[in-house]
Amino acid sequence: MAYVVERPKLSFAEKLYFPSILKGLKITLGHIIRLMRGRTKVTMQYPEEKWDASLPAHYRGAPTLVTDEVGRERCVACQLCEFICPPRAITITPEQIPTEDKWAKVEKRPREFKIDMIRCIYCGMCEEVCPEQAIYLRKDYAITGTTREEMVHDKKRLYELGGVREGLVNKWNELK
Amino acid sequence: MDWFLVLSSLIKISGFTFLVILPMVALCSLAERKVSAYIQDRVGPNRVGVPMTIFGAKKDFPLFGLIQPLADGLKFILKEDLTPKHVRKFYFWLAPVLTMVPALLTCAVIPFGSYLNIGGREVKMVIADLNVGPLFTFAIASLGVYGIVLAGWASNSKYPFLGGVRSSSQMISYEIALGLSVVPVLMVFQELNLGMIVEEQDRNGWLLLPLWGEGLSWQRWALLLPMGISFVVFTIAMFAETNRMPFDLPECETELVAGYHTEYSSMKFAMFFLGEYAAMIIGSGLIVTLFLGGWSIPFLPTAELAKTTWWMGLLHMGCFLTKVAAFIFFFMWVRWTLPRFRFDQLMRLGWVFFFELALANVFLTALILMIVKR
Repeated sequence: MAYVVERPKLSFAEKLYFPSILKGLKITLGHIIRLMRGRTKVTMQYPEEKWDASLPAHYRGAPTLVTDEVGRERCVACQLCEFICPPRAITITPEQIPTEDKWAKVEKRPREFKIDMIRCIYCGMCEEVCPEQAIYLRKDYAITGTTREEMVHDKKRLYELGGVREGLVNKWNELK
Repeated sequence: MDWFLVLSSLIKISGFTFLVILPMVALCSLAERKVSAYIQDRVGPNRVGVPMTIFGAKKDFPLFGLIQPLADGLKFILKEDLTPKHVRKFYFWLAPVLTMVPALLTCAVIPFGSYLNIGGREVKMVIADLNVGPLFTFAIASLGVYGIVLAGWASNSKYPFLGGVRSSSQMISYEIALGLSVVPVLMVFQELNLGMIVEEQDRNGWLLLPLWGEGLSWQRWALLLPMGISFVVFTIAMFAETNRMPFDLPECETELVAGYHTEYSSMKFAMFFLGEYAAMIIGSGLIVTLFLGGWSIPFLPTAELAKTTWWMGLLHMGCFLTKVAAFIFFFMWVRWTLPRFRFDQLMRLGWVFFFELALANVFLTALILMIVKR
């Protein structure tokens, strides 16, 4: 069935167009005045103000490596994170732990562990897949550098950022 | 030869153009961004200041972003000046100049102050004291559209072309209303010299605020209705003339990329920008001069005082600039409030409403003047 949409009947004031213009002008002036009196919430002024304090616990920042409470590097170079990494940002060079080493029974450790922060998409899959809970996404978000080389985090830098994390994995702990 | 006249004219020309209009254009671009930001609940540019960190200091000196226009200008100068292969070079280069020069030329007849007493001689604070002020302004200001049309045609690509065509059709539909709406005003003043018009308003009340002198008579109040109509039509036509927001169809970012200046870059684009803002300042100046008493201070007829003292002339200039600044704010306020008109709506508005309204207004004013003057 044909359906006819009635055109709205405009009153004289509406046809005149000016009242609605004035109404609009009043609204925008209200916005100006409210902002000038400081009643409007505006954007955070980033470098001066930062939101670090109010970051949620589950925030996914830069991926880092952690050591456990006795100073052992948790990573056993299983390379699961390297294989799951969607943008292939992680490159691990494994090596055998020498027999005279205190942690010889762990057998493997990364000789080099590189995360290309230009590639990293902060998805957190490396953290999820890690059986040793060695890789964690920390709250650093301002990863900057002036060269591409600088943007590749090597093992030293990753441990620096990650620090120590206690608990959870105890299978290599001799005391337990 | 009267060296005093030549020297004072030179100072007036260079001072008014380079020390008032051009810095005002620069500040307008900052104000535009600030006003738009405030209307949209943003902060706007607030960073650019004195870069103290370059000189080894710990912190920059932000100055509320007041240096922003300088940074913008520097950016324009440093940008690559691109001339596409497919353009008509001569007209392509001519167009930006043709936009800016008329806009700056029209400032010659705007009285930006009353008199300035310099060493016992009174100097009229207007560059060219013409007896055909408004006509001169219209004649020169409408040349500005050639710049836009030429830019559109010379660019030899579709969006600038559409912008140019739109601009010309917009101009012919608004120029008539603009010219006709000012006729009643000139009938009331019986004067075409803008300086004299302002002095008349100084003595007997502004055209829209007849509250002192002879303005308190019922005759002037009877004229308030046609003058109000004139003011509204003139202001709206001025919006169209300067390509400001509700009528910025030649530019029209959402439909035409950037309209007539799509193919322009660096300083050539900046010239369009400059011309547009200069036109806006001069337009505000003209409206203020005709309807809002120019440099006159409300309730205080002080033109005679300015001839003998030096400070009153300066005060008048300040008064004029304040009014112009307030009107520029109005321009921006409207820009960030109203959406753009559709093209047929614009033509309808120009040809069907404002043209007739302005024409009827001429006769209405004549009728009232006939009754009143008897």
